[in-house]
Amino acid sequence: MSRRAARVDDAERGIVSDFDRRRPGVRVPLTLAQGLILVGLVIAGLGPLLWLAKAAVSTTQDIIRDPFGFFPSGQILLENLPIAWEKARIGMFLGNTAIIAIGSTITTLVVCLTAAYVLSVLRPKWGPLLNGAIMATLFIPGVIALVPLYLTVLDLPIFGVSLINNYLGIWLPASANAFLILVVKRFFDAIPRELFEAARIDGAGPLRVFLLIVLPLSRPIVGVVALLTFMASWKDFLWPLLVLPNPTLQPISVALSKIADTTPLNIQIAALLLALLVPVALFVVFQRQFLAGVGMAGGTKG
Amino acid sequence: MTTGTLLTPSTAPAPRRRGLRSWYRRGGLASIFFALPVILVFAYFSWGPIARGLTMSWQKTNLVDPASWVGWANFEYVLQNPLLGQAALNTVWFVVLGLLIGFPLPLFLAVFISELRGTKPIYSVLSYLPVVIPPVVAILLWKVFYDASPTGVFNTILGWVGIGPLPFLNSPTMAMPSLVLESTWASAGSTVIIYLAAMASVRGELYEAAELDGAGIWRKIWSITLPQLRGVILIVLLLQIIGTTQVFAEPFLFTGGGPNNATTTILLLIFNYAFVFGDYGAASALSALLAAVLAVVSIVYFWATRRWSDA
Repeated sequence: MSRRAARVDDAERGIVSDFDRRRPGVRVPLTLAQGLILVGLVIAGLGPLLWLAKAAVSTTQDIIRDPFGFFPSGQILLENLPIAWEKARIGMFLGNTAIIAIGSTITTLVVCLTAAYVLSVLRPKWGPLLNGAIMATLFIPGVIALVPLYLTVLDLPIFGVSLINNYLGIWLPASANAFLILVVKRFFDAIPRELFEAARIDGAGPLRVFLLIVLPLSRPIVGVVALLTFMASWKDFLWPLLVLPNPTLQPISVALSKIADTTPLNIQIAALLLALLVPVALFVVFQRQFLAGVGMAGGTKG
Repeated sequence: MTTGTLLTPSTAPAPRRRGLRSWYRRGGLASIFFALPVILVFAYFSWGPIARGLTMSWQKTNLVDPASWVGWANFEYVLQNPLLGQAALNTVWFVVLGLLIGFPLPLFLAVFISELRGTKPIYSVLSYLPVVIPPVVAILLWKVFYDASPTGVFNTILGWVGIGPLPFLNSPTMAMPSLVLESTWASAGSTVIIYLAAMASVRGELYEAAELDGAGIWRKIWSITLPQLRGVILIVLLLQIIGTTQVFAEPFLFTGGGPNNATTTILLLIFNYAFVFGDYGAASALSALLAAVLAVVSIVYFWATRRWSDA
């Protein structure tokens, strides 16, 4: 990851040479295109969010009659947001979403880090078999497991308990993610073996090597995995819809899909705004890590 | 080697104990300890359900009586559903439209953004911004945008240039393209970032060499950038096909499959079989059929593109 990032930073040359960049025949169209595409991206990427922010403090009449007017009725309803938070119970649903996302992140990190440690560092004889069995799931379309996964959660084999209306029913399946294990394993593969050998000679057992050497070194990859998992969990819809029929446990995505019929349009839109504040804020704060993580994920796919 | 000594008969106790101890010292027990979480969650929530999904296709289950084997009955039942043909066509239409809009756009953006100097982060962040918006939020927001009245958001914009008003989600012919437009908006950004990362590893000497041979900008894109990216492009395309074939949230939340079943997809049928009618056997059979089709598509895809994918 760091190597690739460094390469981007010192901007090795791209398609257009420095010589071409100085030629007016290239420079003018390039600048023009930059401007046009920037305008397009602002409209497509930021436009919907700005409109949403405006509509969230408008009256329903203004939204329906004149969506691009500047508050035609003269009313700016800042109270839409507290109404959505309290009456539409968005605050509670966001709390549920946070519990789901944080729990999924923790279980995923535990599974990914321990699995990658076994596969990359401990390398038992049966490692390749386990690795193959995990990676094989990457090639199986998710749809085939949806219904039986639901039945598994409904009546957990051997334990005989149901995880319906239980956050474990979301946290545990989320952690069975072959792709993230692959990402962490690749990261561990790049740690010099001498570190482990030296620790072993000094008498450190596998547990101490894991806690004192591997974990401190894996801070960057922990960040990437945590961000990707947290975000994916925040965005999830179908699975929590199935596992959490109890409305007081549901995350924001499920709740939003249900309040549509019973809530005034402007309060609905205020609820949408509240629902995307956390993911957008996280992205803005951690954009470098995010884009590096997504790019790296793509590199692993390729 | 160590497990082998474990299995030797007890007539040789000394080597066994030594084997056990060395197995322990080499981290044999620790390996099992560290592998337990992944083995348990995969057994319960990945390998188990996949195996169960395949067997359930040949069973009748109502969760009360023990499951009974019914042969191909579930498949016959599913294949006789008069909606299946329409749902399959709708799904293919969604995938094809998704490729038509969703393939060229991110590639173009990535090639362009890779040429920027200082402003690159602004363009990347703006491209990726829609991706971080939760799908349900995006869909409900776009549902407002698609309001079919003349004062709807999109219809107002179209009105400025003298088009419309368009019915969008209310029209059987326009509903699917409307869904694809939203889903492309929501996902194109991540493809842009993946292409950008791949482009960063194209070596500059290749462009210099091409310039010495007199290649212009377009020629360099066509003969160097795109060929260097082909491995990533091929994988991204296949993943997009597999992903869009399993589309659920868009038709479920935008239209519920309507109008007139114009946006009913295979996954919507599976959802209805399982979670509306409680027919888990039929749902599993249709899931297995869809997975089989995807497997065949992937194999044919790799076979058809093998000539280009060799690095």
